[in-house]
Amino acid sequence: MIKTLAGSIRQYKKQTIMSPVTVALEVFFEIMIPLIMAKLIDEGIDQGDMGVIWKYGLILLAVAMISLFCGAISGKFAAQASSGFAKNLRQDIYYKVQEFSFANIDKFSTASLVTRMTTDITNIQMAFQMIIRIAVRSPIMLVCALFAAFKIDAQLSLIYVITVPILGIGLYGIIMKVHPIFERVFKTYDRLNAIVQENLYGIRVVKSFTREDHEVGKFDQVSDNIYKNFVKAEQILAFNMPLMQLAVYTCMLLICWLGARAIVACGGDEALGLSTGEFMSLFTYTMQILMSLMMLSMVFVMIIMARASAERVCEVLSEESTLKNPNNPVCEVKNGDIQFEDVVFTYNRKADKPVLNHINLNIRSGQTIGIIGGTGSSKSSLVQLIPRLYDVTEGRVLVGDVDVRDYDIESLRNEVAMVLQKNVLFSGTIKENLRWGDKDATDEEIQRVCRLACADEFVQTFPEGYDTYIEQGGTNVSGGQKQRLCIARALLKKPKILILDDSTSAVDTKTDAAIRKAFAEEIPDTTKIIIAQRVSSVEEADQIIVLDDGEIKAIGRHEELMQSSDIYREVYESQKKGGDDNE
Amino acid sequence: MNKKPSRPQVNPNTLKRLLGYLSVYKTRVILVVICILLSAIANVMSSLFIQRLIDDYISPLLLEANPVFDALFRAIVQMACIYVIGILASLIYNRTMAVISQGILKKIRDDMFAHMQTLPIKYFDTHTHGDVMSHYTNDTDALRQMLSQSLPQLLSSCVTIVAVFISMLYLSLWMTLFIIVFLFLILKVVKSIAGKSSVYFIKQQQNIGDVNGYIEEMINGQKVVKVFCHEDEAKAVFDQKNEALCDSMTTANTYANILMPIMGNMGNILYVLLALVGGSLAIAGVTNISLTGAGVMTLGTIASFLTMSKSFINPIAQVSQQLNAVIMALAGATRIFELLDEEPEEDHGYVTLVNAKRENGELVECKERTGLWAWKHPHSDGTLTYEELKGDVVMEHVDFGYEENKLVLHDINLYAEPGQKVAFVGATGAGKTTITNLINRFYDIADGKIRYDGINITKIKKDDLRRSMGVVLQDVNLFTGTVMENIRYGKLDATDEECIAAAKLANADGFIRMLPDGYQTVLEGDGSGLSQGQRQLISIARAAVADPPVMILDEATSSIDTRTEAIVQKGMDALMHGRTVFVIAHRLSTVKNSDVIMVLEHGRIIERGNHEKLIAEKGKYYQLYTGAFELE
Repeated sequence: MIKTLAGSIRQYKKQTIMSPVTVALEVFFEIMIPLIMAKLIDEGIDQGDMGVIWKYGLILLAVAMISLFCGAISGKFAAQASSGFAKNLRQDIYYKVQEFSFANIDKFSTASLVTRMTTDITNIQMAFQMIIRIAVRSPIMLVCALFAAFKIDAQLSLIYVITVPILGIGLYGIIMKVHPIFERVFKTYDRLNAIVQENLYGIRVVKSFTREDHEVGKFDQVSDNIYKNFVKAEQILAFNMPLMQLAVYTCMLLICWLGARAIVACGGDEALGLSTGEFMSLFTYTMQILMSLMMLSMVFVMIIMARASAERVCEVLSEESTLKNPNNPVCEVKNGDIQFEDVVFTYNRKADKPVLNHINLNIRSGQTIGIIGGTGSSKSSLVQLIPRLYDVTEGRVLVGDVDVRDYDIESLRNEVAMVLQKNVLFSGTIKENLRWGDKDATDEEIQRVCRLACADEFVQTFPEGYDTYIEQGGTNVSGGQKQRLCIARALLKKPKILILDDSTSAVDTKTDAAIRKAFAEEIPDTTKIIIAQRVSSVEEADQIIVLDDGEIKAIGRHEELMQSSDIYREVYESQKKGGDDNE
Repeated sequence: MNKKPSRPQVNPNTLKRLLGYLSVYKTRVILVVICILLSAIANVMSSLFIQRLIDDYISPLLLEANPVFDALFRAIVQMACIYVIGILASLIYNRTMAVISQGILKKIRDDMFAHMQTLPIKYFDTHTHGDVMSHYTNDTDALRQMLSQSLPQLLSSCVTIVAVFISMLYLSLWMTLFIIVFLFLILKVVKSIAGKSSVYFIKQQQNIGDVNGYIEEMINGQKVVKVFCHEDEAKAVFDQKNEALCDSMTTANTYANILMPIMGNMGNILYVLLALVGGSLAIAGVTNISLTGAGVMTLGTIASFLTMSKSFINPIAQVSQQLNAVIMALAGATRIFELLDEEPEEDHGYVTLVNAKRENGELVECKERTGLWAWKHPHSDGTLTYEELKGDVVMEHVDFGYEENKLVLHDINLYAEPGQKVAFVGATGAGKTTITNLINRFYDIADGKIRYDGINITKIKKDDLRRSMGVVLQDVNLFTGTVMENIRYGKLDATDEECIAAAKLANADGFIRMLPDGYQTVLEGDGSGLSQGQRQLISIARAAVADPPVMILDEATSSIDTRTEAIVQKGMDALMHGRTVFVIAHRLSTVKNSDVIMVLEHGRIIERGNHEKLIAEKGKYYQLYTGAFELE
């Protein structure tokens, strides 16, 4: 895990190394201060020698200034390193997600990917900064202070040998107890956020079922859970401070008692034993030793908190895209022929029933294919195999007589345009959205495809026309308008194969017909695959595929199917019957 | 783009309101303050003790031939007692503070959510989800930081600063004056650094919002990105935003990071300067003036002063370190209070919906569900009348606009008799959904009247009004939980059998049984594993189990194939027999068998009648039906 994360440091290696180095220097100089201080007190103030006081005083000032300088520099390095690291990490995940196949995207939910790129990275960044500064500073401080203390008075310093481990064990115990609680808290937080999010999306459902109290109850329960766990965790953490005070105060009192006796015993002579100045320094070291332990425990808690986040981030980073570009990819799609050879497909290898079962199809370039089938009959799954959004489980899918797995993925998808069922427009102008299909498209071309998709007519009525700003999620255009813009966007790719996955469901029949007519006239060489609920949308197709339960039940032209397929006839009847009665 | 990066703005009232939350824990707060005081005092005493130790014990003992340590021992025991009190006090306040801060957070969280539930739909129309979510995440997090860490530390630091200051005066006036001068210098440095850092922290927050927003949009549309091979462009924009964030983050953190070493070493410098000044004073034999009077500057005084200077600088460093956290938390709290201050839905209704039964031809209220509902109508003269709920909806001259001065519905007149199926047909934006949103009072009308069983709907309590209607929307929202729980959402006390019966009616039973755990399959992320059609079937089952007197179906079957739709419709028709149903649909086959069809155009009803009548009239409906006219 650490190796994976460390890979994101990259150009910030210098800062990452320099930060602890400068911190170490800062500590080194800081440690010197009490040592020189002791001399200043003993040789200067005690003896009343102003010259000595000035000498040591100036040295001390210089040391403090150097220490300040080192500290400030290390702060800067640490900020650069940690922000840069976070930036790289965010970029790595984002790039990784761009490589993801549909199967990968399905595996991680959208919300979880977003949290990983936001909250989790912030946690890791904080921990990282802690590690390169405090986690370096504290142990060095601890060791140096201990060393200095022992140098002053080895016997007295034995106090630390007793208290430090006790404090260490105490802090460790606290962390161990708190960690599982925090893990629970964070999980519950996910649940809390999920409830809020669901309520934001489903507020109309909540209100129309008057389930406000029910939702509040649900929320309160989770909120209460967080409260209880958090209080528990913080109440345990509350022992941190007193525990440390206990250690500090015990050391102080022991030093007072034993130190005072030692000073008196040797008459305050440094050479014989302990002097007053050294005695003072011991106090300072006591504080430093115990403070560093305290800091270490804080770092520890941070790292433990960040560990969960790091695991979640690594999960994404180490995820292998299920689709790989082949070694010698074919970069040109010859034509719009499509063949399915005994294709079996499942989303999940463990599923006992395949989503698509032994599909055989033969589609020639330029044909129009209609696909009809009930809810859950795997219509979308079928067409998603053509631009290789998923890989087949068995069999092969051929486009232009080449297995889709042999193509360069980008070349393949550039020739196979697909309008998804759950489609998205992005915030930006209409023009910007359409240029997703072809970023160099001229205004005329954009207008042309919009006319084909019957979108031009309504775009022209907008005050700002093609420069109209689309809100996030395309909320300021109607469902039917959105669908037509999405079709136009796909057309701009000038694909060899065009797939419309129920893309005109919110468009009225007449416009639907007009779009199909435009397709037939303007892009006759493009293979068109249309999934639809309405029979009228596919009636004129060269082949109509009737799917049911992942199998092709019938295939043929409208007239043939009316004769041979019960399902098709039934669908047709259900849509046409009323009309026939009244006309 | 209404997602403007929000600037932290601190409203003076915010602090007052936060204190209001604190007041619930009055006794505990007092306890905490006392304990913080005790612990801070114990801390200060320990610095003072060193002076006493050196001056009163060590120095005299050094002069004695046969030192007796009894007095010293007593002093140390005394000090030990003070320490024990200090430790206990700090344990108590830390533990109590955990309860207080988490209690306040829970209260704020709960208040926020409960209040959010009361807000009108309009609020949700005008605020992005990301913004609202951030109140529960970022803003609350910032508040937690402040309550559980910054606040106690600030208090304790302030107490320490004051206590140390007094003790310093107690020791030596001259040296205290020197410290004050030095402090002035330090504060200047802190102010300039903290000021700069807060500017960049604000910028960092804005950039974070920017990056998060972009990530959210792109990841949501990731499949589209893939289909269009738009990865490189998506990366380029991301890199640019990410780089900007990194820049402001580096600057903000640099300032925050260098504050501590600067403060720490300023402390060291002060330490050195004090030694120089103190030493000079002592050697020069300057009379020491302190609160206890004038005297000689002793070694103990200087030693104590040196320790004290650390105790003085450390809390100041801590306060300055916490400043950013406090500012951010207050800004967060201001935003939270903004949400809490949003006006809730107005509800002046007093007519309620009750279960009823007939006794001697009279309607009588009863507890159990009888399938018969009545409006309980209290009158100003104190009498009560019961009116049977029939589902008779009348709209008279209704005007409505989402924004003032911009009407989307004009003079709508509508009569839906009990048992009728009323359909709305029209282009998107013609106002079909709007009409149904007015019936259940998601929005309030601008002019005109809506009567429900003869009662003006403004007199009906909103909850009861909505309870009387089942709504199935085009965009299905499912909740995390099992399929069974999702269906039961319609009627919380429904048995498993009732839920399954509803699922069968909605033709959902078949596919639900195919799911890995059948009805116990847990749906997550809005049921993302299901197809759009399957989600609609579940939402129909959810409405069916509620068994409401009035049903609104807003494009409820748009993603369901026509064959399944026919089956579902048959089931629904049976369920809703004798009750009022409003149907909105694009597909004319869905609305054809309605009793009344209203054709809407630009917010006006232009035709009404049943299918045969409208066909015979050869108007817009006829044109639509024959495909001679398009809807959009």
